[in-house]
Amino acid sequence: MGAFAASAVWSCQAWADDPTIGFITTLSTPAGYIGEDIRDGFQLAITEEGGKLGGVAVKLVIEDDALKPANAKQAVDRMIQSGVKLFTGVNFSNVLAAVLPGVLESGGTYVSVNAGPSTFAGEKCNAGYFVASFQNDAFHETAGLAANDLGYKKMVLLAPNYQAGRDALEGFKRTYKGEIAGEIYTKLDQTDFSVELARVRSMTPDAIYQFHPGGAGINFAKQYANAGLAKTIPMLIPSFSMDARMVSATGDASEGIYASAIWTTETGNPASRAFVAAFKRAYARMPTMYAQQAYDTARLVGSALQAVGGDLTKRDEFRKALRAAEFTSVRGKFAFGPNQHPIQDYYLTRFEKNGSGEIVQTIVRKIASDYGDVYSASCKMN
Amino acid sequence: MLLLVEQLLNGLQYGAMLFMLASGLTLIFGIMGVINLTHGAFYMIGAYSAAFAVLGTGSFLVGALSALVGAGLYAVLVELAVIQWLYRRDHLYQVLATLGLILFTNEAVSILFGRKPPLMDIPPFLRGSVGLLPGLDYPVIRLAFIAIGALVAIGLWGLVNHTRLGMLIRAGADDREMVDALGVDIRRLYTLVFGLGGVLCGLAGVMAAPLLAIEIGMGERVLITTFVVIVIGGVGSIRGALVGALLVGMVDSLGRAYLPQALQLLLPASVADTLGAGLVSASIYVLMALVLLVRPLGLLPARA
Repeated sequence: MGAFAASAVWSCQAWADDPTIGFITTLSTPAGYIGEDIRDGFQLAITEEGGKLGGVAVKLVIEDDALKPANAKQAVDRMIQSGVKLFTGVNFSNVLAAVLPGVLESGGTYVSVNAGPSTFAGEKCNAGYFVASFQNDAFHETAGLAANDLGYKKMVLLAPNYQAGRDALEGFKRTYKGEIAGEIYTKLDQTDFSVELARVRSMTPDAIYQFHPGGAGINFAKQYANAGLAKTIPMLIPSFSMDARMVSATGDASEGIYASAIWTTETGNPASRAFVAAFKRAYARMPTMYAQQAYDTARLVGSALQAVGGDLTKRDEFRKALRAAEFTSVRGKFAFGPNQHPIQDYYLTRFEKNGSGEIVQTIVRKIASDYGDVYSASCKMN
Repeated sequence: MLLLVEQLLNGLQYGAMLFMLASGLTLIFGIMGVINLTHGAFYMIGAYSAAFAVLGTGSFLVGALSALVGAGLYAVLVELAVIQWLYRRDHLYQVLATLGLILFTNEAVSILFGRKPPLMDIPPFLRGSVGLLPGLDYPVIRLAFIAIGALVAIGLWGLVNHTRLGMLIRAGADDREMVDALGVDIRRLYTLVFGLGGVLCGLAGVMAAPLLAIEIGMGERVLITTFVVIVIGGVGSIRGALVGALLVGMVDSLGRAYLPQALQLLLPASVADTLGAGLVSASIYVLMALVLLVRPLGLLPARA
């Protein structure tokens, strides 16, 4: 009987078009490698099921946004015109802000693989918007908890002077209990941090917390080690400030850095081990956290597609199934809070050499269980 | 006090790096009248050449040579293939063409070498710090940076003031038609100057590579500051580029070091923080505006 029902659903699918997933991400520009990992992680879940997600054959339409919100908006508008109802893939918060309103107005559903800006987590939360990665602030808040846990009494905080940088330090200060010896804002396009490093040294903190994504993060870690500070003043970061590719670009400079994380390649559960092995087999490189988030997103979408038999016109049922989050997350525990952002565990991790001399992100201990975000309280879902 | 000395050294080092980039740019702009946005790409080519040569051979010296040759050759190639045809055109054409070349170079590098940034370690003889004063250790590589910058300044001064080539360069900056009329092959001179600019970028690239991240688009980050330097110093003047680079280096470093604290003495902390961060980002542009207000042609213009 069950087999019959399944085949009926399948034949129905053969009639209708396969559900299309609009996938907009950043594939060009220096940040393109992150988009590649997001795409490859998502694709891996589809390939593993032989072109299906949750037993439903899906069509993935991939567009490069080149980190330009306007490009992304155009691509999405085109897809909406051609009837696409489900979107994902965007890496950067500013691109997401351009894409999201259009998707939601058209009655579509968006599931975020990475960006989780505060703007859409509180009052502006929406029944059609899900974040399968993390709320941006949560990373910094749990880093603050980690700093308390590590016993740092006096810290210096550094971030670039733009919205995400200021948010990062606000998030950290929300939970950190010790004294803040100084807050240093760097320039957004800064490549040399000698001046800031000299200031850090003169303030003699127990540790520093710094948030510099991409090339700036590589520069910061290299110069921190070169100035001899890495040996005397420990560094704490949110884990996206040092992904696998940045580690290889910094040499040994990343060794000993602490980071707050939701997942690393060293996460011990069976689903995670299977994912890492499959990713390495498919792409001959280690997955970053972005690849893992995309893989989880694909599995989440699969669970909801299965629930509605691939029929995206059953919008409310599809969203309800997403909200239930009935899938095995590579991270371990995963659930959605009232604002459809994750409630999950956060870990303190450390960059260390493993047995074969490669630097990996070892998990030290759990620092927060079932951690949500501060914005969910102001979310009135309608 | 020691902190001040250290920050002055940091300013000097940043100035040295800016000077290597700005001296080539100011020659190209001042003598040939070409706005060359591709200049930053030469710097990136230098860093990439160095990193891959070091990866292949393990020798820093080979890496340095490859950087100079690679960046120089690419500059000559760009001049011969594209810039040559644009000398008589409006600046807008040059901006469009060289902007296109930036996109082309970045994409070509990512196709050839992949998006994963290569790693270049600091060579053993430049590793670590030396004690300059009691209580003040300064990284050797940054001192080397300052020394190389000084050597480049002396070398360029000798080249421009005491060689036939330098004479032609100065003459070209003053009156290019006359130089042409006197039977000098101005085309070849231009190609040569372009190549020289490229070599200087390559030098900056190999010096910066172990200290900074080597990445696609690294040149564009410094390009705007480099333009600020030559506008402050006076377009076309090497002396101007030197003064401009040191001034910008110092203002940027000391501004970042002391401006936020200075403001905290005058204003409440929350206001001082945001204002300070903003002012630090804008400090070199404020400097440029002030200089242009007093001396519209820059501090030491080539054609006074």
